[in-house]
Amino acid sequence: MVEIRWHSRAGQGAVTGAKGLGSVVATTGKQVQAYALYGSAKRGAAMNAYNRIDDEPIVNQETKMFPDYVFVIDPALAFTDDITKNDKPDTQYIITTHLSKDELIAKIPALQDKAERTYVVDCMQISLDTIGRAMPNTPVLGAFMKVSKLYELDFFLDNMKKVLSKFPQKIIDANMEAITRAYNEVK
Amino acid sequence: MANEYELNDVEVWDGNFAASQALRQAQVDVVAAYPITPSTPIVEGYGGYVANGYVDGEFVMVESEHAAMSGCIGASAAGGRVATATSSQGFALMAEVLYQASGMRLPIVLTVVNRALASPLNVRGDHSDMYLGRDSGWIQIDAFNAQEAYDLPLCAFKIGEHLDVRLPVMVHQDGFTTSHKAQNVYPMKDQIAYNFIGKFVPVDEMLDFTRPVTHGAQTEEDWHYEHKAKQHKALMDSRTVIDDVFAKFKELTGREYKRVETYMMEDAEVALVLLGSSVETAVLAAKQLRDEEGIKVGIVAPRCLRPFPYDLIRDALDTTSLKAVCCLDKSAPGGAMGALFNEVSAAAYTTKARPLMSNYIYGLGGRDFAVDEAKRIMKEQVAHANAGHITTDIQQFSGLRGPKLGFFQTRRG
Repeated sequence: MVEIRWHSRAGQGAVTGAKGLGSVVATTGKQVQAYALYGSAKRGAAMNAYNRIDDEPIVNQETKMFPDYVFVIDPALAFTDDITKNDKPDTQYIITTHLSKDELIAKIPALQDKAERTYVVDCMQISLDTIGRAMPNTPVLGAFMKVSKLYELDFFLDNMKKVLSKFPQKIIDANMEAITRAYNEVK
Repeated sequence: MANEYELNDVEVWDGNFAASQALRQAQVDVVAAYPITPSTPIVEGYGGYVANGYVDGEFVMVESEHAAMSGCIGASAAGGRVATATSSQGFALMAEVLYQASGMRLPIVLTVVNRALASPLNVRGDHSDMYLGRDSGWIQIDAFNAQEAYDLPLCAFKIGEHLDVRLPVMVHQDGFTTSHKAQNVYPMKDQIAYNFIGKFVPVDEMLDFTRPVTHGAQTEEDWHYEHKAKQHKALMDSRTVIDDVFAKFKELTGREYKRVETYMMEDAEVALVLLGSSVETAVLAAKQLRDEEGIKVGIVAPRCLRPFPYDLIRDALDTTSLKAVCCLDKSAPGGAMGALFNEVSAAAYTTKARPLMSNYIYGLGGRDFAVDEAKRIMKEQVAHANAGHITTDIQQFSGLRGPKLGFFQTRRG
């Protein structure tokens, strides 16, 4: 079982990102869950989304998890959310920030003993450059492919294209570029 | 003829999308709806299918849930296949008309996404609205996950429209936990799903002008009682039709449903009885507890809340090994023991062994139900079993903050 917790703001596409990841993973014969905890949250409110991935049917309907990966897709939430909640000794963190990894860790006490399992990537700048607006949900998945080695980048891109197929070609291309850049730029 | 919807063998759908796809594949003629969180996407989805030609039907926008069910009754009496969706306050506002639908024996399908009832206002999942429908004369079937939220509405049309039943059917799923959680769902092709249900067969349809009929007539003490008794008998007798439809569904898909689902009950010494998505969490907890500590735990889950499966609950609990049973109610009990506890205890009382019966209230307003908490409750049942009597208050509260709350003590042991 691989468990992922997303830290996001409502409107940044964490639910769509979690469902997109789930859709890609399900095509490989695995079982998935993608869900969120938001209720009546308004755009901009801090919220969590979650993924579970397993080879067996997933019957755990508990919301809380001890994540293997934590995605922080809004830069400020690294400072204001309890991003290391339910940390395991091998939980890996992928954090959106314009800071270098050393600068970020210096500012966040909870990460200071987790440097070797913390990764940074500027999904905000990447999405502004490629998609044209701050939409960090797909780039973080590129970074995740690099960190987790779950799938080859090309395989993931091909399947993500299918997930995004209802969007105009321009949007799909921009997302592919964003995913690829995040894959290459995550540190 | 409606367009065929392109479906993959495996889709990643949440419970709402799954239910809306089932309504589309059933080719529902009329949906009259007043959308409400968390069930909104079901009727929104149907509206989209109508607009895009994927269903040859009509979406009727109305001014309230009371009007929504009224519209459904009109369309059903006219002779169409009819469905809608609601939750919580919407369900409460619909309550008056629910009794009209069942009394008029109209096979409407209502997909209910279970949500807490105000006040305090809460959009998240508990079973308050599902429980509110208990005496409404509808068949009530409960889905525990997104796959079941797709499968069971398909079964619901076939059950409710059966000429020996002709009753409205609710299909429940848990708000957010099921309705907004995407999971692997294995849909049928459109034609296969439609053929499973079959063409709608109208009975005494009002649009048959060659044979005028009256629906919803007035009866006083002369006939009302006979009508209600007949309606109750139809509900009780629907059990065999439900079993038969589930058997046919298994033949078609390999997916098996029973009016009461049981897990690991063969040698269970303690058991939990519960409803909804928590069933799956409890099954996981039971398996872990068996592996980790050798505690023989079983799970009993009424798939069919109405007609209440008194027969199968009793079968599930009538084993020589079973010593203690805890019924978990996810609805504010309002000054009583939990309703599931009361009904299951009544069935258990007629078993030979009469296991110790206790009650937990849990999960109100969407409070998370944890695997660890399920295990704690299971271990508490073992303590009851070892002592030979209930060692705690009979009614307790799981996951509640503040001082411990409990009511009533046993006089056995």
